[in-house]
Amino acid sequence: MVGLTTIGKPISHDSAELHVQGTAPYIDDLREPEETLHVVPGFAAKGACGKISLLDLEAVRAAPGVIAVLTAGDIPGLNDCSASIGGDPILADGEIKFHGQVIFAVVATSRDAARRAVRLARIEIATTTPAISVDDAVEMQTEDVVPAYAFKRGEVTTALKKASHVARSELLIGGQEHFYLEGQIALVIPTEQRGLLVHSSTQHPTEVQHCVARMLAIADALVTCECRRMGGGFGGKESQAAQWACLAALAVHVTGRPAKCRLDRDDDMIMTGKRHDFRVKSEYGFDDTGRLSAVDVEFLARCGCSADLSQGVNDRTMFHADNAYYYPELSITSRRLFTNTVSNTAFRGFGGPQGMVFAERMMEEIAIALGLDALDVRKRNLYGRGRDITPYGQKVEDNIALEVISTLEKTSDYRKRRRAVDKFNKANRFLKKGVSLTPVKFGVSFTVPQMNQAGALVHVYADGSVQVNHGGTEMGQGLYIKVAQVVAEEFGLPLDRVRITATTTDKVPNTSPTAASSGSDLNGMAAKNAAIEIKSRLLAHLAKSWNVAPAKIRFEGGEIRCGAKSMSFAALAKQAHGNRISLSSTGYYATPKLHWDRPRAEGRPFFYFAYGAACAEVVIDTLTGESRVLRADLLHDVGRSLNPAIDMGQIEGAFVQGMGWLTNEELVFDAEGKLRTHAPSTYKIPCASDVPEDFRVALYESRGNKEDTIYRSKAVGEPPLMLAIAVWTAILNAIASLKPRQVPDLQAPATPENIMRAVKSMAAS
Amino acid sequence: MASRGHISFLRRGKIVAHNLPNPMQTVLDYLRLKEKSKGTKEGCNEGDCGACTVVLGELRDGKLVYAPVNACILLVAQLQGKELVTVDDLAEKGVLHPVQQAMVDLHGSQCGFCTPGFVMSLFALYHQQGVVTRQRVVDQIAGNLCRCTGYRPIIDAALKACGNKTDDAWTERQMQTMALLTTINDGADVFAGDENGFVAMPRSAESLLSLVQHHPDAVIVGGATDVGLWITKQMRGLPKIILTGGAEELHVVVDKGDHLSIGAAATYAEAYAALAALAPDIGEVMRRIGSVQVRNSGTVGGNIANGSPIGDMPPLLIALDAELVLRSVRGERHMALEDYFLAYGKQDRQPGELVWSIKVPKLGPSQVFRAYKISKRFDQDISAVMAAFCFEIAGGEITSARVAFGGMAGTPQRAATCEAALVGVDVANEHSWQNAVAALGMDFAPLSDMRASAAYRLETAENLLRKALFEIADQGQHATRVLNAGMT
Repeated sequence: MVGLTTIGKPISHDSAELHVQGTAPYIDDLREPEETLHVVPGFAAKGACGKISLLDLEAVRAAPGVIAVLTAGDIPGLNDCSASIGGDPILADGEIKFHGQVIFAVVATSRDAARRAVRLARIEIATTTPAISVDDAVEMQTEDVVPAYAFKRGEVTTALKKASHVARSELLIGGQEHFYLEGQIALVIPTEQRGLLVHSSTQHPTEVQHCVARMLAIADALVTCECRRMGGGFGGKESQAAQWACLAALAVHVTGRPAKCRLDRDDDMIMTGKRHDFRVKSEYGFDDTGRLSAVDVEFLARCGCSADLSQGVNDRTMFHADNAYYYPELSITSRRLFTNTVSNTAFRGFGGPQGMVFAERMMEEIAIALGLDALDVRKRNLYGRGRDITPYGQKVEDNIALEVISTLEKTSDYRKRRRAVDKFNKANRFLKKGVSLTPVKFGVSFTVPQMNQAGALVHVYADGSVQVNHGGTEMGQGLYIKVAQVVAEEFGLPLDRVRITATTTDKVPNTSPTAASSGSDLNGMAAKNAAIEIKSRLLAHLAKSWNVAPAKIRFEGGEIRCGAKSMSFAALAKQAHGNRISLSSTGYYATPKLHWDRPRAEGRPFFYFAYGAACAEVVIDTLTGESRVLRADLLHDVGRSLNPAIDMGQIEGAFVQGMGWLTNEELVFDAEGKLRTHAPSTYKIPCASDVPEDFRVALYESRGNKEDTIYRSKAVGEPPLMLAIAVWTAILNAIASLKPRQVPDLQAPATPENIMRAVKSMAAS
Repeated sequence: MASRGHISFLRRGKIVAHNLPNPMQTVLDYLRLKEKSKGTKEGCNEGDCGACTVVLGELRDGKLVYAPVNACILLVAQLQGKELVTVDDLAEKGVLHPVQQAMVDLHGSQCGFCTPGFVMSLFALYHQQGVVTRQRVVDQIAGNLCRCTGYRPIIDAALKACGNKTDDAWTERQMQTMALLTTINDGADVFAGDENGFVAMPRSAESLLSLVQHHPDAVIVGGATDVGLWITKQMRGLPKIILTGGAEELHVVVDKGDHLSIGAAATYAEAYAALAALAPDIGEVMRRIGSVQVRNSGTVGGNIANGSPIGDMPPLLIALDAELVLRSVRGERHMALEDYFLAYGKQDRQPGELVWSIKVPKLGPSQVFRAYKISKRFDQDISAVMAAFCFEIAGGEITSARVAFGGMAGTPQRAATCEAALVGVDVANEHSWQNAVAALGMDFAPLSDMRASAAYRLETAENLLRKALFEIADQGQHATRVLNAGMT
């Protein structure tokens, strides 16, 4: 961008040099204070739900190294670490609701001793029949974790009757384990006067602070929660980090010694929530050209045993059930079902991806039913003039879906490759190829308006060096470097003069989680406002001392210039301090234009939309169900990029993570509610060879965000995950080649077994 | 030969003598808890994510080689005679190693937690001979999981760093290192502990057999890629541990003309070249067993000895008509490999006896071999179904067949009914396949688990037989595997 020196540059992650040397400290790498104890949670080996009929911890207490064993009775305050309406006991009290629910925790002198002791517990559960799947929940009529919700427009039943074509479908969409490489962890250190310093690997330090304070019945002000970096989050440390911090804090409360709780990988996968899985039932009407007239869809989500963030997640599924398409008449309903499984939670996309998989499957089905190319059907259904009101009443004002799709259609050579795929499929009996090009439109903002606020704290020191702090957390996404770039840009300083500091609740309070892709939008703006405030004081001072208009003074390259006059930023800082000018400021930002009336389902929940498109080509083996992505072309809109290197990393990484969700990654619960895929040996996230060798990723050449965001950039954390839907629809497309006009019964994820099932569905009918 | 109560390994140019106070301690715990080197991370503690990857330097055929391994399931005792290199060591005086610099320059890290493991895998690749292709890179890092980047920048960093190699400090120091490694490989048996609890690494076949004879209750450990999980996940106490890896004779892979003889302690990595030369599919399956880290530690003999129903080597070797050699102080026993697997969890190995070697016949000119590994993920996944076929073909007709499967029963198993039905099959005539395909339903009643359902397993087994026959009849005219389907 013109006139900018730091913003828009492909600058490396602030910790890159530390990462590669292993010197970037994660919580488990911090030097432990003397006498630190180790906390390991325990659960019942058998049973998913029912009263705890036996809890014998004598052998645990007697085990070598054990200092204390924590149970619900040890909690002085509120035994709940819920992110919403409650229902998430820190330690089970009398009953459990899912297999793996924490009933006690061992506190021992070493982690090894604690892990050995935890196995000595004798626990029995008076097991009642668990509801494990969505279908179980429907059949057993469990009480939904939060009430159902609906968007309606027009008379969908009538419209369906009038439609020249009507299709009905059912789709199962699987969940997803976050598999952040650094597992859940917290280290809690007692400070004076009953205070606590909590190091937590969390996307939401404020919530961890509040949960710990509530549990101990002490004031929030006594608890400080800090997070310098996470080894990955992806939504899995938004609400799920609190319980482990609480257990460590409880250990401190009981023993008076520092305590660390780091989950073993299997425990982590068993005890923490995942992406919601769904059954989606739908019926839709369309004309001969494939244009939709009515959509009636019901989303049935497995929420697990508590509300957690399920309201927001499932609302977002509904907000994205349209993806980029206009539904003239519609009914979008959503049920949030209780099951005896771990409470499902935030995961990159926050429910949106599942809504969009539905929409894209529908496009494929229409194309198959009519014998059309699915890309043409997609284009025909995009939002456009006079067709620009979403199911929730927000007008789509920044629509660039068609431009993005059309650009990618050309650059990916879609039409030519479609013909080549058809030719390959005619020539090959067992291997079949498929190609698909799908758009992404993703709403940016927390759909709870009050969460769209952020704070920052900027200090300029008398030597001209700068510290920046803000409420956002760093989980690898590059938020810290982006915010540092914003501050460096504002002061005209080289980036190395800006020191990034750990997120901590004693610098910026009452923060929102780093979630909803909002990190740089919110915290970048807050930090900018803090810098502007300090800069305005410096300008006022200089204007007076140089006797010039403030507007004529430039901050650039570490210098302050006005005509022939100049001085270094460092000299100015020193001078300002000498003149008793405050060199520190908070900054605050609240996203404008947002209003959302949830009961009436109308308003503007999103500040803007982020767009993208992907074209994937796959090959499947109809004898084994194996599949492979041969090529992927991604084009994604980040507005004007704050840092194209970081943004490219987000896009590629999100795509591969989404591809894993829709292909290899399968969560398997058995009938007793035990998760059978609780380690990387059984739960398979993509590895390097799964990434297509031919992988072409580009940033959309944007004129900048239409809305006034930080340097007109756009959020990038979640939206590109949904680019991966093209992989799943390409697999569907490959299977569809087996028989004209028949829609394969493909579930997500498209594992070899699910692909085989779909292949057989083609032969069966 | 003399025995000593400690191991010696090389660390940062110095010999470390370690007396193994805790025989079950893993290298990862040693690094993080004892040495307080925090660069190496624990991601999964079961050898599946690679965050804990460290590199071992060792002398092999007079050369210094560097191999990445998973520190989380490697016992400290296994460091005997090796150089331990970790991520903490690579940068010298603030100057990054070329693989580190490339990772920074090409944005190969995001959250950074997996990064030390990748750096170490790439460091080992940097020290390998030959042109580094993209395929070599993805094979090298198949055992390193990254959840952030999507791998593309890491692959590019590897290609960049290894595409233009200059001597690093390890290469410059290699003569010194080799001298030190020679010093600590003194041939002395290691026995740390006492009669009731010990970890031992005998350095000769003789002392190994005698120790096993004296301690029939000891756990015999090859590479610890399986036993490591007993320690880290099941928290089992293993009072007596005997490591086979110290006995050089057991590492030997010899070409005996009409067959190969593979010592039980030969790692997958050591046995790879000889086995892969037998048939392309053997190499392809072995490329996909575990990861580089696992194949550097894990042994072919261990994969047999532990009797796992889902090990990939037994079906391959059974189809090849391999013979198993067991040895004790009393002498040797030979048996057809399939006879070793008595039932789920039960093998024909007697107290004091060791899996000693495997004799693998080479294929004759009239034999055709095919093998397929089916799993949710291609690399580093345990098979849902593992199939191996060896057909004797004369004039287009199958005259005898050996068919073996993994994942289809409680043990690796031959498909006797199917084998019988294959005799007389005209490969070019699809109709003649039918009985043999259907026979698999009589041979197997597989189970359902998290990897696949029983129905999928059986159907896939049938389809793999079809695929093998189709491929043989088709003679490579059509692409039949997604891994080499190529671009349109």
